[in-house]
Amino acid sequence: MSTQPEKMVETVNIEVDGQAMEVPKNSMIIEATDKAGISIPRFCYHSKLSIAANCRMCLVDVEKAPKPMPACATPVMDGMKIYTQSRRAIDAQHGVMEFLLINHPLDCPICDQGGECELQDLAMGYGRSVSRFSERKRVVDDHDIGPLVQTDLTRCIQCTRCVRFLDEIAGTNELGMFGRGDRSEIGTSLSQGIDSELSGNVIDLCPVGALTNKPFRFSARPWELMARPSLAAHDGVGSSLWYHTRSQQVMRAVPRENESTNETWLADRDRYSHFGLASEDRVLEPMIKLDGEWQTLSWDEGIRAATKALRTTVTEHGGSQLGVLMSASASTEEYFLAQRLARGLDCPNIDHRLREQDFSDDTVRHPGAAFQSPMAAIDEANAILLVGSNIRHEAPILGQRVRKAWRAGAQVAAINPVDWNFHFSLAGEVIAAPQHLPAELAALAKAVAAVTGKEIPESLQSALGEQQPGEAHEAIAAMLNGDGNRMLILGQSALAHSHAAWLRRLSAWIAEATGAVLNMVPHGGNSTGAGMAGALPYVGPGGSDVEHGNNVRDMLSEPLKGYLLWDIEPDFDLANPALSAQALGAAETVVAVAAFASDGLKANADIILPLAPLAESEGLFYTVDGQSFAAKAAVRPAGQARPGWKILRRLGEALELDGFTQVDITALRDEMLAAIKATGPLAEDVQLAALPANGSGLYRLGDVAMYAVDGLCRRSEYLQNTSHAETDFVGLNADDAGSRGLVDGRDVKISQGAGSVTLPVRIFEELPAGAVWVKSATNAGIALGDSFGPISVEAV
Amino acid sequence: MSHKADFIAGKQDLLNEETCATIDHWVAKFPPENKRSALIQALLAAQEQNGGWVNTDMIEAVADYLGLPPVWAYEVASFYSMIDEKPVGKHKVNICTNISCWLNGAEDIVDHVEKKLGVKLGETTGDQRITLVVEEECLAACCGAPMMVVDGHYHENLDTDKIDKILDGLD
Repeated sequence: MSTQPEKMVETVNIEVDGQAMEVPKNSMIIEATDKAGISIPRFCYHSKLSIAANCRMCLVDVEKAPKPMPACATPVMDGMKIYTQSRRAIDAQHGVMEFLLINHPLDCPICDQGGECELQDLAMGYGRSVSRFSERKRVVDDHDIGPLVQTDLTRCIQCTRCVRFLDEIAGTNELGMFGRGDRSEIGTSLSQGIDSELSGNVIDLCPVGALTNKPFRFSARPWELMARPSLAAHDGVGSSLWYHTRSQQVMRAVPRENESTNETWLADRDRYSHFGLASEDRVLEPMIKLDGEWQTLSWDEGIRAATKALRTTVTEHGGSQLGVLMSASASTEEYFLAQRLARGLDCPNIDHRLREQDFSDDTVRHPGAAFQSPMAAIDEANAILLVGSNIRHEAPILGQRVRKAWRAGAQVAAINPVDWNFHFSLAGEVIAAPQHLPAELAALAKAVAAVTGKEIPESLQSALGEQQPGEAHEAIAAMLNGDGNRMLILGQSALAHSHAAWLRRLSAWIAEATGAVLNMVPHGGNSTGAGMAGALPYVGPGGSDVEHGNNVRDMLSEPLKGYLLWDIEPDFDLANPALSAQALGAAETVVAVAAFASDGLKANADIILPLAPLAESEGLFYTVDGQSFAAKAAVRPAGQARPGWKILRRLGEALELDGFTQVDITALRDEMLAAIKATGPLAEDVQLAALPANGSGLYRLGDVAMYAVDGLCRRSEYLQNTSHAETDFVGLNADDAGSRGLVDGRDVKISQGAGSVTLPVRIFEELPAGAVWVKSATNAGIALGDSFGPISVEAV
Repeated sequence: MSHKADFIAGKQDLLNEETCATIDHWVAKFPPENKRSALIQALLAAQEQNGGWVNTDMIEAVADYLGLPPVWAYEVASFYSMIDEKPVGKHKVNICTNISCWLNGAEDIVDHVEKKLGVKLGETTGDQRITLVVEEECLAACCGAPMMVVDGHYHENLDTDKIDKILDGLD
């Protein structure tokens, strides 16, 4: 959305291998040749990393230079003549290759990188067939750096790409080069592991087999693999990736370059989640619970049973007694057909916002993309305010973009419930317990009103309260009112908040008053598609007018007779597990379409139909900024599992509803795209209920851990073995713990409503007073209530 | 309000006042955002405090004091031969074996010293008096080759007599 004029680029004229070209001044030779498609061998150079010039493989011959020059670190000059294929260049490259291979073990037959190794490839072109080195080769001890990345450091050629990646992109500085000369080696301090949420990228960057994919190790050779384009649906970034498959099995995931989403990177969550596909509790056949026993069915029987269950509920109690709850990571076609099915049954109750608690601004919420600017615009931002967002964990790729902006000089500030450990510095910070977030944002609004001279509209007055802006608010207001591109990013702790509507509304005004854009990062991998296709209780496809139904919260707090659950585990994926257990337990009929059947789902459901997850299915997915990608199945579905749109089509047909006659997904997609293209007008403004005064009680901060966002991640044993999966604790501020006589590490009983659970206390300096950090989507959270809501803590 | 990182270990208290003062002195010589530049002198100061060598705790203490990732401090400590990561004797003897000194007989000098002290390069005498630093590279005194550095003092144009005198003169 940048409206700045294109920058004038000064250029110089150079000649490469006799080919004249005009290239930007101060660029390096290798950038010019890469653009022109002239190949120069390299190991340490990477276009996204700083220049190290330490492998020397890219030596080229430059006219008038006394010796070969590294193409990656030699700036172009006007009139420069470069020869990449001259005798001198080739000799230099051959020499470098011989040196690089001196200490390389040449163990390609037992190396996982074999067949896709940059060193192996270039050694074919530049290496000697026989080694002249008869001395002893060095050996380097390996380090255990965690469950995701395997080290074989004897193979390392010291290019330092991994070190530079973790320093520059991931910002964790976890690897270094120790020692000197022929004894230098890559290592971690204290032999600690790598905790970065982007750690898997060092595997792709490593030009040799020193860093390889640990779970994938020794399981397949690259030439046995088929590359299938797909995307990751664990967050709204929609990272492009390749699934590498063999014999109808996903063997690994690697990034697919896409500058507008994930660039060349892939978050660990997206890279390693597919290992959950083979989980033991995959649903492989339609199942029905008869007299408390689960029995398998054929598809015909399964469809018949599900149809009968849904039809009975609707006939006996009316369509309004049915509720459709869908995961926020389903395909757009699934949302489209599911809402058609629900509305065809006169059931207006359909929702996908399972982690949210506040729906009071529903009718005025835009159902489309939650980003007002492209994701890539984060890179160009001059000021960013995070509101209730641990962006590093919620969307690691967006976190990386914020870090990139910060490295380029952007100011980043946060109004957060935890002083999260970011990989960028904060220019301003307000840390407040969740129950105080609306008041803090209101104080910021007052500061913004003061600095911009704009008046806060009447509709916001009832949220303003007593709190006056402090220095921190004023600094953030000034930052947002500054020059350049400015942006607010609302994260999970804001959108899943019990007063999310006020947070959205205050943020929207702050953005409007300062001229900043407002970007939100909702839960799930296709919430944009869900909104567009009308999987919402207040709008249909394309924002069309529909009979208003109940949102997810109302569907559970006023229990219905029947439920259709789409790819969710009610005890993990809903904002209030205790409430949902009650509602589902009391229902007459619960039909679940699911890829996994946990004990919790089996306890609640009566019929389970096997759903093929994204890697085995097809469908259209939208990113948070509205880009779309049509995914195709990478492998055949396991067992009898079927793509969701086919299941819905058969259900719709069996229920004798209109609009379920599509023969293939293309026909369905065309129909859907025509329906969602139009965006209907939203209702007039709604007046929100005034904010309640802040009590002095404790409040739960129940965000979802990075590797617990959906059933697939929760089943990837490798992700669950990382330090990020340690979520069984009750986080408290030292004062709150001290005043209750609670000690770090000792068990404590926490209760919400009737549910309670005992967990060890952990004292966090990062937590403000009044907050109790108990993560959602955990085993401990099953017995508890609202992710964001009052909670009590007592010693045991 | 700066970027807190996982790597802050809270070990800076291991540094005493004098070490901190020395580090501050060196930090002041560089632009404030380039504290990394003060690492060599900071590690040397920590080494001074710790009896001639630095352990993991001291390296982390330095990183912590400067607010840098410990990996950066490890990199520097492991790169330079002036910084020892294992316990050393009271005196450090660094005999240059680089090209100029080597051509002028450094090998014979190393042989002589090894025999005299009864330890190899990289080892410390049994009485913890002298450590022979391993494979010392050029110390920038080629004009006086062969040369060595003892506890930071340069001794040039060495021969066996001169060496005996210097080593015997150490307490």
